[in-house]
Amino acid sequence: MIVKLRDLRPFDKNAAEDLVKQDHGLHPDDRYLKPGRIPHIWCPGCGLGVVLTTFIDAVRRKNLAIDECAVVSGIGCTGRVAGYLDMDTYHTTHGRAIPFATGLALARPDIHVTVFSGDGDLFAIGGNHLIHAARRNVNIKVICVNNFNYGMTGGQVAPTTPMGAKTSTTPLGNAEPGFNLPYLARASGAVYVARWTTFHPRQLAHSIAQTFDKKGFTFIETVAPCPTGYGRPNKLGAGLDEMRYYKEMSEIRNGADPAEAAITLKGKIVVGTFVDVERPDFIQNYTDIILAKAQSRAKPSGEGRAA
Amino acid sequence: MPEKEVLTGEHFIHGDAACAEGSLAAGCRFFAGYPITPATEVAERMARRLPQVGGVYIQMEDEIASMAAILGASWGGSKSMTATSGPGFSLMMENIGLGMMTETPCVVVNIMRGGPSTGLPTLIGQADVMQARWGSHGDYGCIALSPSSPQECFDLTIEAFNLAEIYRQPVFVLGDEVVGHMTEKVVIPPREKLKIVPRQSPNAPKADYLPFDTRGDLPPPMAVVGTGYHVHVTGLTHDERGYPVITDEVQERNVRHLVDKIRRNAHNIVRVESIGLEDSEVVVVAYGCTARVARQAVEDLRKRGYRVGLLRLVTVWPFPSQLIRQISSRVRALIVPEINYGQIAYEVERTSCGQTQVVLMALMGGAMHTPEEIVETASEFL
Repeated sequence: MIVKLRDLRPFDKNAAEDLVKQDHGLHPDDRYLKPGRIPHIWCPGCGLGVVLTTFIDAVRRKNLAIDECAVVSGIGCTGRVAGYLDMDTYHTTHGRAIPFATGLALARPDIHVTVFSGDGDLFAIGGNHLIHAARRNVNIKVICVNNFNYGMTGGQVAPTTPMGAKTSTTPLGNAEPGFNLPYLARASGAVYVARWTTFHPRQLAHSIAQTFDKKGFTFIETVAPCPTGYGRPNKLGAGLDEMRYYKEMSEIRNGADPAEAAITLKGKIVVGTFVDVERPDFIQNYTDIILAKAQSRAKPSGEGRAA
Repeated sequence: MPEKEVLTGEHFIHGDAACAEGSLAAGCRFFAGYPITPATEVAERMARRLPQVGGVYIQMEDEIASMAAILGASWGGSKSMTATSGPGFSLMMENIGLGMMTETPCVVVNIMRGGPSTGLPTLIGQADVMQARWGSHGDYGCIALSPSSPQECFDLTIEAFNLAEIYRQPVFVLGDEVVGHMTEKVVIPPREKLKIVPRQSPNAPKADYLPFDTRGDLPPPMAVVGTGYHVHVTGLTHDERGYPVITDEVQERNVRHLVDKIRRNAHNIVRVESIGLEDSEVVVVAYGCTARVARQAVEDLRKRGYRVGLLRLVTVWPFPSQLIRQISSRVRALIVPEINYGQIAYEVERTSCGQTQVVLMALMGGAMHTPEEIVETASEFL
């Protein structure tokens, strides 16, 4: 077979770098952002920018070495967070950020591994992985940006869409109730569970900073506006209107029972830190129990005889 | 505890256990898996052995997660492996694609059983050969090794790890139920006799390092987590820096690199074993457990004075296309016994370009060919 190919233009590293140099470094947060990756792809009014800067704020507050941080994300609007941060970042497949992060965190227990993903990614296609990682108490910090719909694909119903809400695939209203994410995370075994909205960046940064001090599976839900996908069909207005809505409807109740924190259409949004407990994480159990036993048994387990 | 990593000596173990030992000798320190017949014994052996060498064993919630976890562990700097069979292999396809796209070295052992679907969980099949080649969507190069004995399960698992490191991608050990469950003598050589390719680290300064450089015939060394290179690893089409770029131009470079790194190096990767190819009138092409039966048939016929040869595929992918083309110009028939309804036989037919008769001896699974059947088929052309 004769294969015909188009002429290939090789990668021009200098041109790519020149492009980067034009704008990079103008903003004080640029040292946390990969050169040349801004502007981002998010819509005007989207809450993801707030969450991204809040994460940077938390890293700065804790004075973490960037080389000791890694971010893993799935697919969707939130999945793009990884690509903007100037650290080791992994943009994986839809729903699989948590198992990928599990491998990463177990291979390098000294690294702070944060999973950034959306509600659809983490609780629909990736729901099974989330509950098992929480059960095992793998040392990963999950930040779930909940915008109540699949934004990247144009606003379809998600496992978090409240009953009655309209989306492009529930034009007559959603017939299913949404998940109560903090309740699910706590029931699965998370050692830290919080919920904030993008109207609460300081509280959110404080929560993220707190998770950096914890060993084990932590979960923070961040309710974020999606004026394009979710706001429009549900008449929530522009991004700023949604922020006003959060201001009016949020009720800070630290220590509240997550069972009572379900979100309903146009109902109160209970926010706060709900769970903060200690239990040994996977790698600690594995090291203290499994590795210790294996090391104490000196005899190799092979059936072979020495040559 | 070096003596625990390489169990030098003679062993009487099955192929699944030999895969596990091969992986440990190659430096595997992370295994994520999910129970599935007939590959469960790989996981069981790893669960017992990895803690002895300070490695991590984890049973994940499914094969999707297992595959994702070994990719994560590989970026964490550990050599990593999973083991499965057909149904699990199907679930892994998504993240095998991620591994190909992100050029992540790791090893996937598939101990094949009869399919489709749940099929024959406890019995032999060889019907995942094309799935291994084409199973995940999009274009990429593929390396799959096919052991014919427990000894080769050991040897080829090491080879799979080495190839994974060199070509920076998931590599398959395509075993089958017979070889996986067959117990035979396995000789594990002293550690210093083993050829192990270690994980390479970049030594270029960050400013000069391109983690997904497409300019060479081989991928650049991999900057794993925590080494200061701040690599962005994405399943999206990406440029040489790893940045997502959604254009046809970058797609051309990205995909051609993934295919060409294997295609251009195929002559270095392809491994076959043969008997009497020079003088044969009929050649049997076989792999895995079927190659053992084929060997018996070929030896029997040669003892009786017939000019029959054997071409055993040690690598089923890349496929030895040129060799098949050469042989096919001078033989009356190429006979392909395989335990499926035609997979490698099509590849043989394609690469023989109509120069000879290709005979597929198909079994749907659950049983092996007998040497007599192969003798009988070969005799039709002698």
